[in-house]
Amino acid sequence: MINDIIYMSGYGMYVWSAFSFTLLSFAALYTIIKTQMVKEELKFKLKFKNLTSEKVNSSKDQKIYREILTNSSISNI
Amino acid sequence: MLKNIEPIKIYSVTSKAPKYVFFIFILILSIGLIEALILSPEDYVQSDSVRIMYVHVPSAWLSLGVFSLIGILSFIILVFKNKNVSLITKSLAPSGFLFCIIALVTGSIWGKPTWGTWWAWDTRIISMLILGLFYLMYIIAWRIYENKDQVNNITSIIAIIGLINLPIIKFSVEWWNTLHQPASVNLLSGSSIHPSMLIPLGIMTAAFALFSILIFLMKYNTELIKIKNKGLNRL
Repeated sequence: MINDIIYMSGYGMYVWSAFSFTLLSFAALYTIIKTQMVKEELKFKLKFKNLTSEKVNSSKDQKIYREILTNSSISNI
Repeated sequence: MLKNIEPIKIYSVTSKAPKYVFFIFILILSIGLIEALILSPEDYVQSDSVRIMYVHVPSAWLSLGVFSLIGILSFIILVFKNKNVSLITKSLAPSGFLFCIIALVTGSIWGKPTWGTWWAWDTRIISMLILGLFYLMYIIAWRIYENKDQVNNITSIIAIIGLINLPIIKFSVEWWNTLHQPASVNLLSGSSIHPSMLIPLGIMTAAFALFSILIFLMKYNTELIKIKNKGLNRL
């Protein structure tokens, strides 16, 4: 049965290459977007750390900054 | 109504949603792959090569669907000058472009055993290639123009002009004599495809749509954080 699935009546090369290309493309785009997102989150966190306490307080009043800090994938808040 | 589309409201959803969407995507994709590669029957004419349909057709549908959405939202951007909507269209483009490439490449792979050639200058294939070029122009425009108003206008115009190509892609197989077969699935007049093949096709389409949503959510979050990074500089 496994041979049948691999061989696919002689069309295995075509079928498997089409599926492989699709799944590899998915993995590549996911990795690129995820890397970009983590990079931006890190940059945000670093900038936030370097702010003076006054600026930190004023930015924490804004809901969007709080959301980014608490919901980012690298968050430890 | 458009004023209610605030980044903070959207971000509170988009920041939490990706992990759930990713889980459902993996689940649906696994079921779809088992159905497409093992359980679905082979075609009486095309034999097992028909299985390429389960990645080729959903990719083509989604690349058209995503571009239609970008085009329609671009009208809103041009008319109402809403920058939040332009963030949505920008985030939709990467997955749409990827699906267009997948449709072209898997179509080429499918063409070799069925037509005897990797590529044919056929109207359906050429119009899909043009769609890919529109996606490319759209993504490049976002990268090269820095003025926000200018980039919003240019990308919207590219998307709206690109909309003209969509009916050409859809009806090319009816308007011209082409190698490409006519549509087997039609929502209005029923489909000529057997349920044993239609169900895996539906599952794979759902999985691909979930991937598109996942990439959109992650890209949208990235763009929003980028904007807020610039905001921190100005505090």
